[in-house]
Amino acid sequence: MGTTMEKKNSPFQIFLWIFFGLIIAVMLFPILHIFAMSFSGKDAISRGEVGIFPVDFTTEAYAMVFRNRGIVKSLFFSLILTLVSCCISTFTTILAAYPLSKSDLKGRTFFMAMITVTMYVNAGMVPDYLLVKGLNLLNTVWVLLLPGLISAFNLIILRTFFAGINKALFEAAYMDGCGEWKCLFKVAIPLSLPSIFTIMLFYAVARWNNISDILYYINDSDLYTLQYQLKLMLDTLNLPYEYGQVVQQITPENVKASTVVFSMVPMLIVYPFVQRYFTKGMMIGGVKE
Amino acid sequence: MAGKNSKKKHYRKKRTLELYSMLIIPILFFVVFKYLPMAGTIAAFKDYNIFQGLLGSPWAGMKHFKEVFRSHEFYVALKNTIILNLGELFITFPVPIVLAVILNEMKSEKFKKVTQTIMYLPHFLSMVIIAGIVYQVFATNGIVNNVLSMFGADTVNFMGDSGKWRAIYWGSGIWMGAGYGMIVYLAAMAGVNVELYDAAYIDGANRWKRIWHVTLPQLKPTIVIMTIMNVGKILSISFERPYLMGNVLVDDVSTVISTYVYSVGLQAGRYDFATAVGLFQSVVALIMVLAANWFAKKMGEEGII
Repeated sequence: MGTTMEKKNSPFQIFLWIFFGLIIAVMLFPILHIFAMSFSGKDAISRGEVGIFPVDFTTEAYAMVFRNRGIVKSLFFSLILTLVSCCISTFTTILAAYPLSKSDLKGRTFFMAMITVTMYVNAGMVPDYLLVKGLNLLNTVWVLLLPGLISAFNLIILRTFFAGINKALFEAAYMDGCGEWKCLFKVAIPLSLPSIFTIMLFYAVARWNNISDILYYINDSDLYTLQYQLKLMLDTLNLPYEYGQVVQQITPENVKASTVVFSMVPMLIVYPFVQRYFTKGMMIGGVKE
Repeated sequence: MAGKNSKKKHYRKKRTLELYSMLIIPILFFVVFKYLPMAGTIAAFKDYNIFQGLLGSPWAGMKHFKEVFRSHEFYVALKNTIILNLGELFITFPVPIVLAVILNEMKSEKFKKVTQTIMYLPHFLSMVIIAGIVYQVFATNGIVNNVLSMFGADTVNFMGDSGKWRAIYWGSGIWMGAGYGMIVYLAAMAGVNVELYDAAYIDGANRWKRIWHVTLPQLKPTIVIMTIMNVGKILSISFERPYLMGNVLVDDVSTVISTYVYSVGLQAGRYDFATAVGLFQSVVALIMVLAANWFAKKMGEEGII
């Protein structure tokens, strides 16, 4: 944080306030602009009058979004899928992280190597696809839960945390006749709730935002997530204007904007919780053995 | 005494077995979903036939690889991957370093925190949302064009022009990644002893000299590692970002290896050929990452593996 000798209101500090004020403005501008468009009348948008405040305020675009059954249905599907996915992912990650945090476990180095390798080497899109197809998981909800079940990165974060728990606590539990399963549930998990919550959020954010697995493996609109519905909707609209006369944009700009906002809101709601934990988690993840 | 010991041993053994029982599901996961597909890369050496399956299909030797290297499209995808990544390396990558160093000079902890919180936000938005925002902002009737037209400029088709599309790809990379990229540098600087700055201040070092002689030497290991790792990843590219930001008008620059594999493999169903492309990329990328890691260690830095 630099020297302590500098005054808080020196000209340079004021310059920094302005500098980062501008950066914040640039960061937020596109988001505010989309918000403003989503509440504006479509004529005002096409006249180019909308900046960061709505013009001709209207909620008709949102009414259209809510009337779109595909989008509303996929919102609920996404919420449930994300919840289930982050719970089972977190649980299996705990199951892996706890034993691997025990320094005297035989074969630990081997298992850790086996897991770490997957952070740098992957088979690729097509072999993954052939596996999923071979297991008959195409177009099932399992393909959205299983292939990303454990992230090696999250596993390492949690393992580092478990390894930091005072060993005397476990020794005391062993003396009382606790086995490892009991130790996990009575000692390790209760002491690590903030870390567990952190990786739960990581899993939830990843699941919520991911669309590639739906693109690769899913062909059934009942299993479309909200982000994928948004993609489908924007797909037909994102073509630059000049692309032939065939593809005329019919969906108004404000409806596009409100769909974007609609799919962004759930993330904006949880963001304050997520960001509080994630810097810390990132730093642990960077530390290796 | 002996009985007590063997009892202790018995407990120990029981505990070890319990630990292994926890590992069953996770290890099964890694074997099935991570290692089994690696075995599936033999598809690259076979003439894949849906009816005969992977194991039943006849061997094809290096046929598909030869075809890959004769394919014009493959070279285009390879070239685009490298160009987009080089741009990221020279344009997007330095921004968080500079911003973190400047932010570190900020006295007000509260303002620092607010800035960070806002800058991290785009990292949590999906690529679909980011691409959606980019397309609306840079649309022919979008706000950028509206502002330009106020100055009398003609309408610019930003997303439909190869050169401008690349610039927007990199620029939006800064927008979505600068905050997240700062974390590692801010953490490295948090470890710097404040007394070093105070001593430099008393010795009459101006701000620039304090940054140059105190901050940057502390950041050097991190910068070196990050640079080398980014060079090592020059052939790796995510799928979602180029796929969602691209469109038919800029196909010639937005088609990268990942999107190429997707279109010939999953869309056109040429599993064997696409696996060969993917395998080539993974192997070269892995060699480059290992080389980068070796190089980092050679330079006296810690490396990542």
